[in-house]
Amino acid sequence: MTATLESTAAPEAKAGEIPSFEVTLRIRRYSPESAHGEEPYWDEFTVLAHGTDRVLDALHKIKWEHDGSLTFRRSCAHGVCGSDAMRINGRNRLACKTLLKDVNPDKPITVEPIKGLPVVKDLVVDMEPFFASYREIMPFLITSGNEPSKERLQSAEQRERFDDTTKCILCAACTSSCPVFWTDGQYFGPAAIVNAHRFIFDSRDEGATQRLEILNDKEGVWRCRTTFNCTEACPRGIEVTKAIQEVKRAMITRAF
Amino acid sequence: MRAALESSGTVRTAVISKLYPTRSHTGAAQGGMCAALANVEEDNWEWHTFDTVKGGDYLVDQDAAEIMAKEAIDAVLDLERMGLPFNRTPEGRIDQRRFGGHTRNHGEAAVRRSCYAADRTGHMILQTLYQQCVKQDVEFFNEFYVLDLITDHDLSAGEVPEGETVTATGVVAYDLATGEIHVFQAKAIIFATGGAGKIFKTTSNAHTLTGDGMALAYRRGLPLEDMEFFQFHPTGLAGLGILLSEAARGEGGILRNADGERFMERYAPTIKDLAPRDIVARSMANEVREGRGAGPNKDYVLLDLTHLEPAHIDAKLPDITEFARTYLGIEPYTEPVPGVPHRALRDGAASRRTSTRGAARQHARRQGPVRGRRGRLRERARLQPSRHELAARHQRLRQAGRSHRGGLRRDRVVHGAPGEPCRERHRAARGDAQPSRRRARGRRAQGAPGDDGRQRAGVPHGRVAEPGPRGHPRPAEALPRRVGPGQGPAVQHRPPRGDRARVPARHRRGHGLAALNRKESRGGHYREDFPARDDANYMLHTMAYRRPTAAGAADDRLVDGHVAGYFDHVEQFDGYKVALGSKPVTQTRYEPMERKY
Ligand SMILES: Cc1cc2nc3c(=O)[nH]c(=O)nc-3n(C[C@H](O)[C@H](O)[C@H](O)COP(=O)(O)OP(=O)(O)OC[C@H]3O[C@@H](n4cnc5c(N)ncnc54)[C@H](O)[C@@H]3O)c2cc1C
Ligand code: FES
Repeated sequence: MTATLESTAAPEAKAGEIPSFEVTLRIRRYSPESAHGEEPYWDEFTVLAHGTDRVLDALHKIKWEHDGSLTFRRSCAHGVCGSDAMRINGRNRLACKTLLKDVNPDKPITVEPIKGLPVVKDLVVDMEPFFASYREIMPFLITSGNEPSKERLQSAEQRERFDDTTKCILCAACTSSCPVFWTDGQYFGPAAIVNAHRFIFDSRDEGATQRLEILNDKEGVWRCRTTFNCTEACPRGIEVTKAIQEVKRAMITRAF
Repeated sequence: MRAALESSGTVRTAVISKLYPTRSHTGAAQGGMCAALANVEEDNWEWHTFDTVKGGDYLVDQDAAEIMAKEAIDAVLDLERMGLPFNRTPEGRIDQRRFGGHTRNHGEAAVRRSCYAADRTGHMILQTLYQQCVKQDVEFFNEFYVLDLITDHDLSAGEVPEGETVTATGVVAYDLATGEIHVFQAKAIIFATGGAGKIFKTTSNAHTLTGDGMALAYRRGLPLEDMEFFQFHPTGLAGLGILLSEAARGEGGILRNADGERFMERYAPTIKDLAPRDIVARSMANEVREGRGAGPNKDYVLLDLTHLEPAHIDAKLPDITEFARTYLGIEPYTEPVPGVPHRALRDGAASRRTSTRGAARQHARRQGPVRGRRGRLRERARLQPSRHELAARHQRLRQAGRSHRGGLRRDRVVHGAPGEPCRERHRAARGDAQPSRRRARGRRAQGAPGDDGRQRAGVPHGRVAEPGPRGHPRPAEALPRRVGPGQGPAVQHRPPRGDRARVPARHRRGHGLAALNRKESRGGHYREDFPARDDANYMLHTMAYRRPTAAGAADDRLVDGHVAGYFDHVEQFDGYKVALGSKPVTQTRYEPMERKY
């Protein structure tokens, strides 16, 4: 443990002493403006990585030192903004939260764009269909009557009821890991349902009935086949499948 | 987004962001926002004002601090009514916790003032605002990169006809998806473009926090204010640029040195680990310097949470404990977490008028802050410790949105915007094939904690740049030169054209020069060669202007009625100079005192 720390504490000053290793990334690329045209292709890069480097660090190295045309999204670099969901060794993860040493760096690590959304370039997909589903479930507090002059009251227990689903960063890792979503992209998808859950179970909200109505659609919650891919993919540790089940139950019992 | 919520109902409003709106770095803010709600113990906005002024080492405009402290209360309530899921007290009200530098009755003891949602308050703010924007159907231009501000007179050229005001009429933006360059014409523009932490190597800031807004304003000749002030957050995960919120200490976390000593008892006997960030960061650095650092290289201190109940940690600090597990493999229930100071927040900013609401008008004289361009919120109470920010920003943006609404209805004339030439210039500009190289050079110059021209929060680890004559490095000289348009080969993907990658360099210049000129130590600005505060000479804001070298030296027309020639320092770059001026600090009720906690 201490050794890991040491290596993170001063990566520059003592570069020689850090346990670094070579890692190869096999990246699925798509660049219609390049010689490859409309055909996606695989590209391999080998870079030197340090013990605590993440997949994002390796991508940066490639972009900054080898091929400036490699395109991906990223911002916060510590798993809170939701920019860099991608398929790493066949599983949806955030590149900035995946340590290279945890994804078997002895073999080439495959990196692909998330599935089910149109690829724009390399690892960048068109997020619009994803956000469109999100917007459809009315992801905002719905109340009636006069605004209180102070805050609305809510007990700690009432808040706990939907705490898990407030963690969502809209990265699309869950939705784009769902086989149902892959089939035709019509299904609302786990992320939209998670965000509906966040409001349906908020004691201050009065829009649950409308949201349940929306999700009762043929493309709604009933298409979920409980494969748990989404729960496994969620970088925030949200129990996505459980949330979906709770929404299904609420639809039947009308208790929320 | 807050301003857009206010204005979009009445006037056509576009929100332009180079990211998806839920990916802004506000989402990384953890600990909470301070407002004297007095939900858990006695508190009032006057105490909050005092803490703000003292926290900023008296370089705070006190009228602004007062407005901020008063309005923070409404800002928090406003967010709750929009649906923000704050943590709750047993009575169901918004819960509050302790934060650094926040005290009862002018420094008696720490007070619970920070309103929070676990340790993802910023995430909840961002989500809540976006949710409201969805509800109101606000129009977004996502992944549009703003490259330039269009004004009817270019202040950086130094010439504005007598009696005329300068009006901003639009922005030039680049659509990341298509590579198209667009001009947005507008009667009013609000910049809320975040910080500039990426001028440093290790920072808690996102890769996208390159200070674009300030740089664009500066290029068009608007002054940047107090650029020497940059906040160091005491506890970043060692080496990684990931923040462990102050809330960790607010919830009872203790900083210890290698001997296990709670060293803050020596530096701030009253509020100990909850002293303001600059003091904690400096104390940590001092422990390391005097050989009491922990770890094999004795280069960090430890943040100890092990005496807290795991259930308490899970309820109040779930994210940051997970960061420690994910990135360092440390279990905070049983092991202390290594922490070092990080660059966190840009305290300085593009300047704007500080008077409130409508009263601002007469201030906007020739060369004055540009009409039509409202500054970012933080500019209002510069140097206030950052934890005030979220609440304060919220409220100010709300007002900015509102006042535009009114103003726009009055103001019928759309000024003819010289947008076309500007757009063409950006179209013609060539990007650099590898802007990353220039960025890296600049960052090496600005480097790791403490090597930016002063030994501010000290140097727990990292490289120190070549020292200049008096022992402090020469940031200005170490700065990268600009690469002119067309000099670099065309980039290979839809390019970060022209100036995008040059933005941080501008900050470094302002930052370095301003720091060299402030020959004292104050708050986050600490110089070993001038370790004491000097109110007689430096109770002034620094204003940095970009002007053509050809314009007269230290031309006092450049400095907008502020004291000119106070810092008579001019530095030349490629036909332009950075001219430093100054501006008085507004003092109302608090006399500067020694800053002890
Ligand atoms: C790790 C961390 C923890 C923090 N914790 C706290 C806390 O507990 N309490 C507190 O009060 N404060 C905290 N802060 C400070 C606070 O979060 C920030 O000051 C605040 O969120 C800044 O908000 P903003 O809207 O200005 O910037 P951001 O949220 O960074 O948004 C900037 C926006 O501008 C856009 N943009 C920038 N440049 C361009 C361009 N050229 N073209 C188009 N769009 C552009 C970006 O896309 C983005 O949408 C913290 C900061 C950090 C980094
Ligand atoms: S970059 Fe923000 S989640 Fe990975």
